[in-house]
Amino acid sequence: MNAAVQFVHEQLTGSKEFPKFKAGDNITVNYKIIEGGKERIQGFRGDVIKRQGTGGTATFTVRKISDGVGVERTFPFFSPNIESIELNKVGRVRRAKLFFQRKRSGKSARIKEKRMAVAAQG
Amino acid sequence: MMKGIIGKKIGMTSIFSPDGKQTSVTIIEAGPCVVTQVKTKDTDGYSAVQLAFGDKKEKHTTAAEKNHFAKANTAAKKFVKEFRDYSIEKAIGESITVDIFTEGEKVEVVGTTKGKGFQGVVKRHGFSGVGEQSHGQHDRQRAPGSIGNSSDASRVFKGMRMAGRMGQDRVKVKGLKVVKIFPDKNYILVSGSVPGHIGSIVLIQK
Repeated sequence: MNAAVQFVHEQLTGSKEFPKFKAGDNITVNYKIIEGGKERIQGFRGDVIKRQGTGGTATFTVRKISDGVGVERTFPFFSPNIESIELNKVGRVRRAKLFFQRKRSGKSARIKEKRMAVAAQG
Repeated sequence: MMKGIIGKKIGMTSIFSPDGKQTSVTIIEAGPCVVTQVKTKDTDGYSAVQLAFGDKKEKHTTAAEKNHFAKANTAAKKFVKEFRDYSIEKAIGESITVDIFTEGEKVEVVGTTKGKGFQGVVKRHGFSGVGEQSHGQHDRQRAPGSIGNSSDASRVFKGMRMAGRMGQDRVKVKGLKVVKIFPDKNYILVSGSVPGHIGSIVLIQK
C-alpha cells in the first residue's frame, strides 16, 4: 500500500483491541444500534466467511443461519459502531474465502473446530 | 477573491465519523508552494499570484527559468500556476501551505481526468446504442445511428457528437469538503473523488 495512505490510516483509525480471527472462525460481533434515540448493543454470532481489504478500509463478513435462512453481514473492521468481538471457536478450513458455505446447509455446513494442544501441567 | 494551492493526488481511502458513518476521501499532498511572482493591476493589467510546486532537476531547467526562480530565492520548480485575485497577501519568495484551509470548508478541486483513448459514442456521450439485440439486428448494438438529414441539410452539422478521444480534460469539481488536514505532512483530505490518476497535479481552491 501507498505509504501516505498507510500514514493516514494509522492517524485516523488507531488500533483495535480485537482477538485475532480468520475465515472459518466462529465469532460474536457486538455492535451498537440506535433505536428510537437510544443506543444499545446487539450481538451477531456466526462464521467468518471472508476478510477483505487492508488498512482502514478492511472489512469482514459473518454468516449465520437464522430461522433456517442464511444471513450475512459485512462489518468494516474499524467501524466505531463495533463495541467488541468475541472469538468462540477456531475453525479448521483450507480456504481464505468460504463462499461454498452458501450452497450448503445442515450437517454439511458445519466447520470443523481446531483443537489447540494445551501444554501438559507439571 | 480566491485562495488556492497546488497539490498532488496521493490516493483514496475512507474515514469514519464518530457516529459510524463512512465517508470516502481523497488524500492530496498540497504544497508547500512558493510565490514566484505577484501580478498587480498597475503593472500587468490584472491581479494574480503565481505559485510554484514540486522540485525539478537543474539539468531540466532553462536559464530563463533559473533566473525567474532565483528572484523568488528558491530552487527550480516543476509546476507553475497562476491564481487570479488571490485573497491572501503574500510577497515574492514566501510560501503557502495547507494551513490556508480549515477543516469543514467547502473547496473546488481542478484536475485533468484520466485519458480513455478512442471511445465510441455509448461510452463517450452516453448514447443508448441501437437497443435491440434480436429481430434481425446484427452487430450494430453500440452504433450512433443517424447523424443527420438527407437533401435538406446535405451536410453534417458542426459539433455532432461522434466517437473520438475521451478523457484528459480539465475538470473542476465543486463543493468538496475539507475533511482533515495534516499540516506536518502537507496532506489534505477532501471528501469524495477528484479528477485524474494517482500522482497527477490538482489545484485546490476556494
